[in-house]
Amino acid sequence: MAELLQYFMLFLIVLMLALALFAVKTKDLLSAVIASGFISLVASIVYLYLQAPDVAMTEAAIGAGITTLIFVITVRKTKGKEK
Amino acid sequence: MRKIVAIIFLTIVGLYMLSLFAQIPFGKPYKGVSEHYVEKGIEENRGSNLVTSIVVNYRGFDTLGEVTVLFLAATGLSFLLFSCKCLREFKRIRSSLVLRTATDTLFPLILVFGAYIFIHGHLTPGGGFQGGSVIASGVMLLFLAYRKFHVNHKALSTLESLAGISFAGIGLLGLLYAKSFLANSVLPLGQWNKLFSAGVIPLIYIAVGFKVGAELSGLIADMISTTKED
Repeated sequence: MAELLQYFMLFLIVLMLALALFAVKTKDLLSAVIASGFISLVASIVYLYLQAPDVAMTEAAIGAGITTLIFVITVRKTKGKEK
Repeated sequence: MRKIVAIIFLTIVGLYMLSLFAQIPFGKPYKGVSEHYVEKGIEENRGSNLVTSIVVNYRGFDTLGEVTVLFLAATGLSFLLFSCKCLREFKRIRSSLVLRTATDTLFPLILVFGAYIFIHGHLTPGGGFQGGSVIASGVMLLFLAYRKFHVNHKALSTLESLAGISFAGIGLLGLLYAKSFLANSVLPLGQWNKLFSAGVIPLIYIAVGFKVGAELSGLIADMISTTKED
């Protein structure tokens, strides 16, 4: 059971890396913002596994919620495409 | 020339960091002030969440600084947005029925959950910052769901200032009745693992929760109501 959880964590970390690469490489800024919000959500699960529930809460509320919204608004105010 | 200077500079910084980090034992318990927190923290503060005891009591002055930094960031953002000419009344897109119904159901629950997090900050994981940001995400949901939703900026800033003043006031009470600023000996410590315990820690975290919630809600309101619509 514990081993299964460790493989799940490994999957989550690889997922975070892949999303980060996607956020850097994509030309569509809205997709990049959504990807970075998703990274925060996955990171909060990893924090919970590492027994830091305080940090996990902050990460989920601020990283996945408020920061994503602020970036989405900013993308709407600007052009939304990378040159 | 510039590259050589940069390489020399980076080498100096790198050697300095290396000599610092080499002194930290890797994977072993570091003997320092942390041992005292872990052993005596619950006894001294009677809060079952040790993280809160450290953040609000032992490192309370740092938390006051953090709250001030957040306040300055929010003030700076609204200053920047209101001084530019992009402020105008705008038309938001009508949201779907699903979003509106979900918001009606979820908003009170989110509000209560945020209040629960910061009121129980000394007992369960979480605290003022987490609870405040959960409340702000509830306000964000209202902004997304309703086109005509506005916040009262004056009420928000009044609430924020009152919360900040009460944080500093509790600290000054510590200076008056005990020997140091933000000392946790103004109120009786009470019994471990009860709601009314841990002295002033819950009061400070309630103030921080109101302050962070009001600040982040105001920040979201600033960002949304200055969005240009075409």
